[in-house]
Amino acid sequence: MSEFKQTFNSSLGKKLIMALTGLFLCTFLIVHVGGNLLLFKHDDGFAFNSYANFLTHFPPIEVVAWILYLCIIIHAVYALVLTIKNRKARPVGYAVQSKSPTSWSSRNMGILGSILLLFIVIHMGDFWFNYKYQETIGFKEYRTNLATNETTVADYKPEVAGFERSISTENNVEIVRVKDLHTRIQWSFSHLWYVVFYVIAMGAVSFHLLHGFQSAFKTLGWVHKKYDGIVSFIGTWLFAVIIPLLFAAMPIVYYFQSLSK
Amino acid sequence: MNLTLKVWRQKNTQTAGKFVTYKAEGISPDMSFLEMLDVVNESLIKKQEDPIHFDHDCREGICGMCSLYINGRPHGPKRAITTCQLHMRSFSDGETITIEPWRSAAFPIVKDLATDRSAFDRIQQAGGFISVNTGGVPDANSTLIPKVIADEAFNSATCIGCGACVAACKNASAMLFTSAKITQLGLLPQGQPERWSRVQAMVNQMDEEGFGNCTNTGACEAECPKEITLMNISRMNNDFFSAELFREEHTHDGGGNG
Repeated sequence: MSEFKQTFNSSLGKKLIMALTGLFLCTFLIVHVGGNLLLFKHDDGFAFNSYANFLTHFPPIEVVAWILYLCIIIHAVYALVLTIKNRKARPVGYAVQSKSPTSWSSRNMGILGSILLLFIVIHMGDFWFNYKYQETIGFKEYRTNLATNETTVADYKPEVAGFERSISTENNVEIVRVKDLHTRIQWSFSHLWYVVFYVIAMGAVSFHLLHGFQSAFKTLGWVHKKYDGIVSFIGTWLFAVIIPLLFAAMPIVYYFQSLSK
Repeated sequence: MNLTLKVWRQKNTQTAGKFVTYKAEGISPDMSFLEMLDVVNESLIKKQEDPIHFDHDCREGICGMCSLYINGRPHGPKRAITTCQLHMRSFSDGETITIEPWRSAAFPIVKDLATDRSAFDRIQQAGGFISVNTGGVPDANSTLIPKVIADEAFNSATCIGCGACVAACKNASAMLFTSAKITQLGLLPQGQPERWSRVQAMVNQMDEEGFGNCTNTGACEAECPKEITLMNISRMNNDFFSAELFREEHTHDGGGNG
């Protein structure tokens, strides 16, 4: 055990932890953006609410979710530890700011990461905490006629306290009663300042991953001329362009929908 | 050329330093940067003042002794040269040039612009060697090495240990230097017996010296006078993790030593 401790206490060991947790958070983003695309479905949140219900009631996902929260904390704590060590390594700074040709994102990972941590706390406080631990979120009842595949929606007031969800079938009608996170999202994204904050945070995601994804591969030592191009392509286009744009589109679209109501 | 110099003056390691402004007058554009400082120092000596202390030795870009953080860049504004190879024609007449020493906790300032870089020597001594037998002279080329490997190893071996990587790094990390010294041996057959213990010993020594941690920003490779690449750091990481996590340090009956 002490050998592992020694490994992960070394400079490279700490970098290894940063890289592995960072890449795990990157893969999570793919799943997160994929699932949340259901927000763009015009079905009064049926698909999205069912998806949110699935995520919170399927045990393996619960386990992965807690690993994810742990990774966020470890990534942030190690970033802080490494930054403090790096500051100590240069107690007296330069009078002239460095003019070495380096990318802006690589020089500002700390501030970008801090914005993201603040975002994650607010984001999870708004949706995850309210969904799981508060009674602030209401319920919706979706009735789908299985013959015609038509769905109607209505608010649902639980008859007993602590009601979670129910799925039942009466005659030809499937009745799904789930927590209505969708309405909460509509409400949150009807506030302009909140939407602006989300868009800024997605900008931070973009620049953080523009450097972070490729940097993780370098730290792990997975560098090879044959694959560097692919890593840099995925890091730039998928993680720094497509994913942040899709995420940022969600609050923006919901904001404009709230205006037309 | 007439120039204004803002030079870091510091009496010794213990005392605090400050910038002092000097005029450098009648400088030829064909002078090297160090020759320009020689001219300034001569005038200081004539005025009975303490000349500016700076490191230099071969003055042809191979010894790794000269340093100087010039206008925000180690070894000045040009790529792939040392300060002694930098000429005054790279500056314009009337320019103000700020000259600072390498800034790193692991490189204490000896005086003015000269720093103590023996931390690099200790990293090298920790594992930057191979064990060879004395005895009969082996036939030339009896150990075959693929050209790509030989070229890569020689590229790493061009590191002169000047410390510009540490000076340029926003984290004052010595990983480019350390990784070049590890890679030049780790790639070659002669370096294999100590490959895993070497990377561990040298990384541990690097950590002990109090250098910062790499963030793959790449300022080091941009400023390296010998154009050592970040690839070396990745190779070092790969070897280090392999050594720490997957190599046997003891035989299965509990003997051997790591």
